[in-house]
This record gives sequence, C-alpha cells and structure tokens, in this order.
Amino acid sequence: MNASIYRHELHARLKSVIIWSLALIAIVGMFFTFYTTFADQAALVNDMMKNFPKELRAAFGMDEVDLSTVLGYYSFIYLFAQLCLAIQAGNYGFGLVSIEESELTADFLLSKPVGRPQILTSKLLAALTSLLVTTLVVGGISFVAIELFRNGHAYEPRILLLLLLALVVFELFFLCVGLVVSLLVKRVRSVTPYSLGLGFGAYVLSAFSGVFGDVKLELITPFKHFDAAPIIQNGAWDTPLVLFNIAVTLVSLATSYGLYTRRDIPAVS
Amino acid sequence: MSIIDVSNLTKYYGKARGIVDVSFGVEEGEIFGFIGPNGAGKSTTIRLLLSLIHPTSGTARIFGKDVTTDGPEIRRDIGYLPSEVYYYEGMKVIDLLKYSASFYDHDCTRRMHALSEAMELEMNRRISDLSYGNKKKVGIVQGLLHSPKLLFLDEPTAGLDPLMQRRFFDLIREENARGVTVFFSSHILGEVQRLCDRVGIIREGRIVEISDIRTLQQSNYKKVNVSAEGLDPTAFDLPGVTNLQTEDGSVRFFFKGDINAVLQKLGGTRVTDVTIEEPTLEEIFMHYYE
Repeated sequence: MNASIYRHELHARLKSVIIWSLALIAIVGMFFTFYTTFADQAALVNDMMKNFPKELRAAFGMDEVDLSTVLGYYSFIYLFAQLCLAIQAGNYGFGLVSIEESELTADFLLSKPVGRPQILTSKLLAALTSLLVTTLVVGGISFVAIELFRNGHAYEPRILLLLLLALVVFELFFLCVGLVVSLLVKRVRSVTPYSLGLGFGAYVLSAFSGVFGDVKLELITPFKHFDAAPIIQNGAWDTPLVLFNIAVTLVSLATSYGLYTRRDIPAVS
Repeated sequence: MSIIDVSNLTKYYGKARGIVDVSFGVEEGEIFGFIGPNGAGKSTTIRLLLSLIHPTSGTARIFGKDVTTDGPEIRRDIGYLPSEVYYYEGMKVIDLLKYSASFYDHDCTRRMHALSEAMELEMNRRISDLSYGNKKKVGIVQGLLHSPKLLFLDEPTAGLDPLMQRRFFDLIREENARGVTVFFSSHILGEVQRLCDRVGIIREGRIVEISDIRTLQQSNYKKVNVSAEGLDPTAFDLPGVTNLQTEDGSVRFFFKGDINAVLQKLGGTRVTDVTIEEPTLEEIFMHYYE
C-alpha cells in the first residue's frame, strides 16, 4: 500500500462520496417518513398490492413482503439503496485505473517508483474506504429513520445489520467486476455508461427473473444474491448464492491484478 | 558501466510496428540525443524504458537492472518529462508537486521551490487554469525535483517560449554537469546539436545510425557550392556525389570521399564563387531519411 496514492484517491473521491451519501440520506429518510401512514393502513395497502400482477410486484421487490412490518417496508427502500450503491461501486470500479488513462495522468503516476500491484492495492483500498463511508451513512440513516418513524412497531435489529453488511459484499462485486471489465476493454472513454449499464443490467435481470422461465439467469446477479425478502424471512443470507457472489468478486480481483500488471498504458495521441 | 543498455528491443502493438530490434547504450554522464520524425518510435522506446509498456521481445537494462522486473527500483532515480503533459486538472500546482515529491524517500521541498523559481512557475494556480507552456513547466519541475540520476526528455521544448527554452537548456546542462545522464528525444535537430554528445537516429522503428555528433558532422559529408559561368552540372557526376542540384549558374551537392577529386575538377574551371562546408545536422538527417 502506498499512503500518498491512497490519500490522493480518497481526496479525489471526496465530493462523490458526499453527493452519494446525501442522495441516499434523502432517499432512505424521505421514504421512511411515509411508514407511519403505511403501517396504519397496512391491510388496505397489502390488499392493493395483491391487485398488481405478481411480476410487477416482484420487479419492485414487493413480492412476498409484508409492507406493514418495519423491515418489510425497509426492504422496498433497500432495493433503491442497492441500486444506487451498485452504480456508485461500478463507477469506482470502472474508473479506478481507466480515468487515469483517459485523462492521461497514468504516465505521471506510473513513472513514479511504485509497482503496479501496489498502485492497484492503494487505489482499491481507497475506493473501498469511500464505499464503506457511504454504507455507514446508509446504515446510520436507516437506524435513525426506523427509530424515528417506526411508531412502536417492533423489528429485529440483527436482521437490519445483516442487510447492511450484505451491502458491503454487494458493493465489492460491482467494484471488482467493473475494474476487470475496464481492463478487458481497450479503452474506457466515459465511466458512467458502463456503471449504469452494469448496475441497471443486474437490477433488471433480477427484477424480471420470471421472464426467462426455467433458465435461472437471475442467479448471476448480486441483486438476487442479496435479495432482501428471503434474508428477512430466513434471518440469514443465502449461503450458496453469497459464496458464488464472493467467488466472482475474487476471480475478477485476481484477474485485474494480472491484467493491470501486464497492461500497456496507451500513449497520448 | 552503461546507464542504459538496450538490446534487440522490439515492440509490436498487435500488428502495428512500434520499434524493431533496437539496440544502443547510453554511458554515464552523457547527453544522448534520440532523433527521428513523428511515429518513428522515439516515445515507444522511452515508454518501454519506463515500463509503461512491455516489450514484445528483447531486453532493456537501466543502472544494470532489468526494466520489466525492477521497474519501481529503477524509477527511484529517473526523471521523466513526457512530450504531452497532463496532470490532475483539479489540483493546484503546489499540491501536484508535493504529491510527486511524496513518492521519493528524501525531502524535495527546497529543490522544488528552487526549480519553480528558476522556471517562473506560479505554485498557487490550478492546473486547469494553466496554459500549455505553463503545464510544461510543471512537468519540468516535477521531473527534476527528486534529483534523478537519469533524465528522460521526450520532445521537451514544445510549448516553451524561446526564453524559457534557453533557461531549460541551462538547467539541463547544470544537471548534466552534476553527473546526470540525459536521454533527449527530439525531432528538432538544432537543439540536439546544441546539447547532445552522441545521437541515435531512429527511422520507421529501427536505429539507422548511432554516432558521435562531431563525427556525424565531420567525417562523412561536405557540402559543396560552386558558382561559375557556363557550368556543366554533369561534370560533377563523380562517385560520392549526392543530392546534386543546379540553380541559375550554381551547383550544390553533398560529397563523401576524398575531397581532392572535387578540387581537381574545380581546378580546370573558372569559378566565380566556391564554398565547401560542414553540413548541418539537419541536412545529414534529411539524407538519412531519403
């Protein structure tokens, strides 16, 4: 690890972390203010939900979820938080080394006396720190919002913690997959299309899982690996799916190190 | 011991040629000029030596260490000024320089300030607000602040005004006097001629000539200019004559060989004017490119 690179990267991402954090505070906080009303008319809401087609409910993660319970309602917001964090983590992953190349600062950094693996490690740790900060903010606002608006309804903090921890593993997937894709393609001109594509793609794959029939294509998306409803129902992660998720992350990570060490840095032209 | 030792270095970008079978050595304390037109492979060579890219085959050693395996260690004593300078746009000059200095073990603060002063660099401005020439100055300070033992300059003067160019050359000469080895890549021959001890000429990815700058100028060619009434240009069609040009009553050509052969020819002619001089590096260079 190289402390100056780490510090430089953190500093470069500070603004992004603040903006994502504020956005997530707004989403989680705003949504939860409506919980009181929702819970009061729970029966009505659940009845209304039943009138929607099952596929639509599934797409919004409201299938098999009781919206009148604290965590049931939270799972709805959780999906949005996941989507935001997937895009944020994707942004960091795709941009980790490609931004230096497209903004042509890679020559500066790589002509310093630091090895490529060390550069990658420092950058990854800085990105991870940025993601952890955002996740901590999400966790904080979740606890605060629940305590403020739960209105006497009980919930299991252990399961909430389980959901929040899942976010970290979930983000690592997008960080590492984004990184490896950015190293596999020749040149990433702009990061956002890639991260939006990966984030929304994974979400859509999970949301419309029923559409593919017997082909269990949705099993490759982290949105399925860390689906809130089963976690709330079972009080635990789905171990095989989580292990699969971690395996993909680790393979991406290892491949990234290999590719980056051997990479030819494109010249200015 | 050679500071840079390159043998049979080859780089292909897929099928596109980078450099082919390049071999040369640079000795400690010399200023080595590396000249060739755009796209000849100058930057490719430098990027290989800095391990920004990896060779297809062949080896390169700097300070006796292999560039692909000992890159980080080698780069501790290397300063690099790229041909196009790009830095983190949002940063202030001073922060970028401090970031650059933080990669080296010793304290570079004093030298950083001295260099910035010499190059008249304003340290509190944002990189994005700087003109191209000013960014180049940042590059120069950034490349020199850690007192490297070996300097790679890739077309360093582009964008600098003549006054700054001169100051820059003085700086490079000062560094060289302290024992710093300089690898100077350029397509501007005048500056190579002014600064370098030896030159390597690269063309279409291959080294065509490596030689002492004086030998290159002296030993080979003479530039002959003859003016005479009713001159017959075919009279100078001797072996060793190249680039024969006729222009209202005067003949110009390059000659390689025993100059007496030309003098004998001239002896029988009534000339109005004659000059025999050293060709400039530029002219020699053009010769290599035909």
